[in-house]
Amino acid sequence: MSTPEAETLWLVGGVIVLLGLVTLVSVYVKRRRDLALDPAAVAQFHRRVVVWWILCLLLATAFVLGRYWTVGLFGLMSLRALQEYITLTPTRRGDHRALFWVFFVFTPAQYVAVALDRYELYSILIPVGAFLFLAIRIAMAGDYKNYLERVAKIQVGLMICVYCLSFAPALLTRRLPSQVEQSPSSAALARQEAVQAQQPPGDPSASDVPPTVTRTAPTAIWPEVHEERARLLFFFVLIVQLADVLQYAWGRLLGQRPIAVDVSPSRTWEGFLGGVASATVVAALLSWSVPFPVWQTATLAAATTAVGLAGGLVTSSVKRDRGVEDYGTLITGHGGILDRIDSLCFAAPVFFFLVQGAFGNWVH
Amino acid sequence: MEKQWRQPRVPVPSVPVAEPTWAQRAIASLLAFTARVISGASARWVDCQPDTCQRVYFANHTSHLDALVLWSALPAEVRRLTRPVAARDYWERGWVRRYLANRIFHALLIDRRNIKVHRSPVDEMLRTIGDRYSLIVFPEGHRNTGEELAPFKSGLYYLAKKRPDLELVPAYIDNLNRVLPRGEFLPVPLLSCITFGPPMWLEHGETKTEFLQRARDAVLRLKNL
Repeated sequence: MSTPEAETLWLVGGVIVLLGLVTLVSVYVKRRRDLALDPAAVAQFHRRVVVWWILCLLLATAFVLGRYWTVGLFGLMSLRALQEYITLTPTRRGDHRALFWVFFVFTPAQYVAVALDRYELYSILIPVGAFLFLAIRIAMAGDYKNYLERVAKIQVGLMICVYCLSFAPALLTRRLPSQVEQSPSSAALARQEAVQAQQPPGDPSASDVPPTVTRTAPTAIWPEVHEERARLLFFFVLIVQLADVLQYAWGRLLGQRPIAVDVSPSRTWEGFLGGVASATVVAALLSWSVPFPVWQTATLAAATTAVGLAGGLVTSSVKRDRGVEDYGTLITGHGGILDRIDSLCFAAPVFFFLVQGAFGNWVH
Repeated sequence: MEKQWRQPRVPVPSVPVAEPTWAQRAIASLLAFTARVISGASARWVDCQPDTCQRVYFANHTSHLDALVLWSALPAEVRRLTRPVAARDYWERGWVRRYLANRIFHALLIDRRNIKVHRSPVDEMLRTIGDRYSLIVFPEGHRNTGEELAPFKSGLYYLAKKRPDLELVPAYIDNLNRVLPRGEFLPVPLLSCITFGPPMWLEHGETKTEFLQRARDAVLRLKNL
């Protein structure tokens, strides 16, 4: 493995130090009963800290092990989130075979396509392929009761938990447009290899002449090209999670006007705007860790966190409709992954397309 | 004096099961792990703790996976002593099922088709568990449609009457019928939950109907806990 870049060390190290401090605060608050804080809120905070540690360590491990592990990790998170979502959603006997396809074919296929960087496949597999297939498969099962509703529910679950989230690891496998320009095309590489093959192996002139085209993929497990992308992924998860907690903090401090009081009384406009604004400021301060200038990083962060926080509102209304507090309490003893990653799910495609489409062309 | 009615009638020694080989142990652990992953099962023990004492776990029956998942939800040392009671016609079909039933679960296979009076299933169960093993039974007798709990068959009552020392532990299996509904053979990994309730016994002077109703209520109570 090649040595990580200084920016990576600073970013990951900084987050670990910060998490350490937060953990100390959380443990301190939990011990001090005389502070008269809401015990439920303290317990909630404590759980969040644990989840952050897990997320951070998993991502850090992914840095070391490489992109396939990261894609696999997100795939497992998708499966688990989908499991929670479908458990909560009433389906009928007739949906069983369709659900089997959802879990064992579409979800793995989506992540395999992401791992192999088959953008033309994973960008349409679920919105088009699964959409058509599920409608047909459920119709074939012969149960027409609430047909449209059932198809829609399964499709929405697949879109949120699998399709959207898969754009987060796609950050790693998809090359930036600038990298595509800089790196040689596969045709050029093939030509060069053909030329090298023609040269006799012992020919000293082969080593003297610098090759006109060089392969950008180095021998290390974690190629140089991808460290930048890995940092981008880490940065993405960091600002979205940060926006989540800052929204909570601002909402507690200033919250007056709920966005939709029936859906979630704790999500207020003050919390939302405060969360987006403060996460944007933090992102701008961290712009040294991503390949974008400050103003682009800030725009990116603002758009991403706004959609992410709005995504929290969406899953809240799903839960409210089903009459549960959070996906974790749905069946006692299960921690709800979907509660933790809902904002990531919504934010991932926004971040991905902004990086790929809009900003990718101006990379300095 | 001790209350006579709580003493076991004849504490027969159990029919010994061959000590499991390492391969069988490995298969058992792997199977339990897989079952827990596929069914996303979490086990809750309400006013009850896992124990190696002799017990009869009785639960609602909605899926083919019920026995496997309940068995998997027990800790390994309890699992080794717990034997599901299952239908012979299902578990003797094909060598995989037969191997699992005989060598891994050490299941007690009951012939549902022709029940002989002189070899009643209850006597067979008592003979098999002896003074060592526990049982998993589904007193509804067949898989229900998933919505309602069918009335219990009387086997549980006779078990309790002949061996009043056995702890009868109710269990409610939730959502497993969606993991593998009736008539399907491929499971879908949804989350399910098994709740174990406080042990119960046959009370003095309790009639069969009263006892079976109480047992059924004990399972139903766990549903909403």
